[in-house]
Amino acid sequence: MNWETVIGLEVHVQLATESKLFSGASTAFGAAPNTQACALDLGLPGTLPVLNARAVLLAIRFGLAVGAEIARETSFDRKHYFYPDLPKGYQISQLAQPIVGTGTLSVAMPDGLDRDITIVRAHLEEDAGKSLHEDFHGMTSLDLNRAGAPLLEIVTAPDLRSPADAGACLRAIHRLVRYLQISDANMEEGSLRCDANVSVRPAGQSALGERVEIKNLNSFRFMERALAHEVERHVTVLENGGSIDRETRLYDPERDETRPTRTKEQLDDYRYFADPDLLPLQIEDVLLDEIRADLPEALADRTLRYRRELGLTDSTISYLLDDPAAMEYFDAVVAYGGKPVQAAHWIMGDLAAVLRRRGISINQAPMDPRCLAELIRHVESGALSGKQAKIVFNDLSNGANNVADVITKRGLRQLHDNETLTTLVADTIARHSEQVAQYQAGKKKVFGFFVGQIMKATGGNANPRLVNELLRAHLHAE
Amino acid sequence: MANSTDAGDRVRARLELISRLDPTLNSFITVTSDAAIKTADALARDERDLGPLAGMIIAHKDIFCTRDVLTTCGSRMLANFVAPYDATVVSRCRTAGLISLGKTNMDEFAMGSSTETSFYGPTRNPWNPELSPGGSSGGSAVAVAAGLVTAATASDTGGSIRQPAALCGVTGFKPTYGRVSRHGMVAYASSLDQGGVISTNVRDAALLIDCFAGPDKLDSTCDPAPRQSLITQLDAGIQDLTIGIPQGLLRDLRQDCAESFAAALRGLESLGAKLRDVELPNLAYGVPTYQVLACAEASANLARYDGIRYGHSCQNPKSLIDLVERSRTEGFGAEVKRRILLGTYTLAMGYYEAFYQEAQRVRRLIRDDFAKVFLSTDVIATPTTPTPAFAIGAMVRDPVAMYNQNFYTVWANLAGLPALSIPAPQVQALPYGLQFQAPRNQDARLARLGHAAQIAFDWHLAHPDLDLVHAWQPPSITSGESS
Repeated sequence: MNWETVIGLEVHVQLATESKLFSGASTAFGAAPNTQACALDLGLPGTLPVLNARAVLLAIRFGLAVGAEIARETSFDRKHYFYPDLPKGYQISQLAQPIVGTGTLSVAMPDGLDRDITIVRAHLEEDAGKSLHEDFHGMTSLDLNRAGAPLLEIVTAPDLRSPADAGACLRAIHRLVRYLQISDANMEEGSLRCDANVSVRPAGQSALGERVEIKNLNSFRFMERALAHEVERHVTVLENGGSIDRETRLYDPERDETRPTRTKEQLDDYRYFADPDLLPLQIEDVLLDEIRADLPEALADRTLRYRRELGLTDSTISYLLDDPAAMEYFDAVVAYGGKPVQAAHWIMGDLAAVLRRRGISINQAPMDPRCLAELIRHVESGALSGKQAKIVFNDLSNGANNVADVITKRGLRQLHDNETLTTLVADTIARHSEQVAQYQAGKKKVFGFFVGQIMKATGGNANPRLVNELLRAHLHAE
Repeated sequence: MANSTDAGDRVRARLELISRLDPTLNSFITVTSDAAIKTADALARDERDLGPLAGMIIAHKDIFCTRDVLTTCGSRMLANFVAPYDATVVSRCRTAGLISLGKTNMDEFAMGSSTETSFYGPTRNPWNPELSPGGSSGGSAVAVAAGLVTAATASDTGGSIRQPAALCGVTGFKPTYGRVSRHGMVAYASSLDQGGVISTNVRDAALLIDCFAGPDKLDSTCDPAPRQSLITQLDAGIQDLTIGIPQGLLRDLRQDCAESFAAALRGLESLGAKLRDVELPNLAYGVPTYQVLACAEASANLARYDGIRYGHSCQNPKSLIDLVERSRTEGFGAEVKRRILLGTYTLAMGYYEAFYQEAQRVRRLIRDDFAKVFLSTDVIATPTTPTPAFAIGAMVRDPVAMYNQNFYTVWANLAGLPALSIPAPQVQALPYGLQFQAPRNQDARLARLGHAAQIAFDWHLAHPDLDLVHAWQPPSITSGESS
């Protein structure tokens, strides 16, 4: 029996706002427990939610970037369940009128082709706090710093047909939200979380099989493994005549298996109703126009431009698109006249190494884009050799202010003056007629002897390419 | 106008009165004598002109959060709760120089019409301590009626300001929904709750509402439009007003109550108002509509009380479920539990459409009824309650009868309208109330009407005999057991 896998994703992205979705408490990562939970976040009696405008803007940004319809009127609903990390006993979410409607996301699939995945909707909701089970013996500790943080829940259609597809889709979402600067989307820090709905059906059948929700997928790798395991489980059960129960399962990376969460006797009834503390929000065209004008170049357009106009390889493009700060740096270097391929090479190579070693981000790079562009131009024009450029780069990394200073200080000058070199080449040839004769008789290796002579005469500073050209020209002219 | 220089003396006198009468009346949960005296003495020394309310002695219904002072909502669930912040209503009163003597008793979480569901015991009506003062703001109404304070803040979800005001012979004003910030006012039913005032006259109510109403960023449902003053046009008279009477809804009124209402209307006519009969067909469904919506919202608003972060927490919990279940079972009284269960039911899968959604539809119909009628009338007048004060204990076993106490009052909450109750001619020597409702944001019109009535007539000037209150002993309980 041939089985088809059907996967849909629910991705939670923490929006990059200063404060929470409904309160002024900070959303900064890494604070001491319960130091970023104000009266509202604690669910104290009498407190009321006030909507964070920036969160709305960021959500709209996402919606416009995936070509979705933005709701003209958007509203909030209460979703009820009891859990200690949900202080009010309900989560403020959106059901009836989500802010972002249906759109499409272009995903580079594992088979190399780009496929359009449907984003069914995206909505705003507040995050719950964190329950920690390891810190206190026999008890669970609660950190409510995260309670109330603004999330954008992005729901895809069940368009994905394999765990690898799902991985590609999640990576595309990860890249897009970082590119749009609406989220750090850091899976380790929890600002990007993914749940997946997975089912299988006999190939050719249009009806969907029973689906299972997998939670706790906190890395790309784990997600693909969890899904692969789950698909296998479904197929095994079904082929043995059993049936799949609709349930929620957690992925255990240590055992590489999924298991059900605490058994639920019935479907969750969240008793949604419109939150009476928040009035519906009207979204005007003027606002949409403003946000649209502020959007960066579409990812697809930029990819094409990088590929066709700047001649970058796909892996280079991937690198830059996944790192908005590096991409910005790169664009600046190119704007200052650095050749794109070289710019990418330096950024991904030597510069990345320096940043890694020092544990700093590219925003704290020791040389600014203008400087790097200058260095690249020097190499392009022949003023510096590749080896010399590395020396200059090192000095720039260690506090030197600009390229010219280093060149002067170190006396680095690559001889590339045509006239001087021509004279030198002519002299050298004239003085070594024996070797000339050997070369012309067919001993090509003698060429290196001449290069060596010229390098010696110039103290290693002659531009090798130019020397080669001139030597060949002269030797063949003889 | 309140005089600040003698504030200290006045506060001491009232505190003395409280200690004499409140053992019987039980109108206060917390009396903040030290803080009040301190405020009064500071005020007496303050040379600035803080305005007409400076030095006025008030109390806050125990539903308003007060920094550093208990806010219990009449419930065991919050018996230990001290808010780290002031409600907006409270802080604005502070700024205006009002002196609060403490927090008044109320039905638990504002759910009730008799102040009998309070964890702290019932409040008694100063007109006859065997009678209920109404609720849920019974404590505030009694504190004002007995002269313990000049005015008190209160809240109204289905009539909780107006009904106790009517049963205690004082004035109760519920502003348009959205005029008074709900920040710090513990939520019962968010789309129905509104803060307001109980006072001895309309003028004081107008001054107080002008003081604490108005835009507040901390409440998204609070109207951001600038405040409109109630006091400015207070003396403009009522010659131009047309008052609509929904006779169809008054057919079952007891004879003596109908007579009081009719006498009050005749009085208003004599002041120049015109009366006309109006029809509001969907208002007959007000109480069930209110109950469904209020209980649904309450079930959500009270979900936060789980014994984990604050409030009552059970001893020795064996598990998370045990902690939450026992804390809530112990912390909530029977009426609150009843409403949470009902509310949860009406929101449940399979029942939501038939109950909650249907109630929302009827709510819209009620609003539309008012909108239509207000095209040809300025104000709607009805009695505030079906009858005067009832005996404590008479309706505790009959929740539906208790809910029907609010027959005339729920409409204003459902439609978000301002509503005012003022004393009408007494019935069987007990207070009885006259209620006015106006279109949204026509609060000033109500104030003007109520004030005109109080200038012309003396119904609001009757006072209970406080000596009787002081002398009153609860009926002795004969024990059938031999000791």
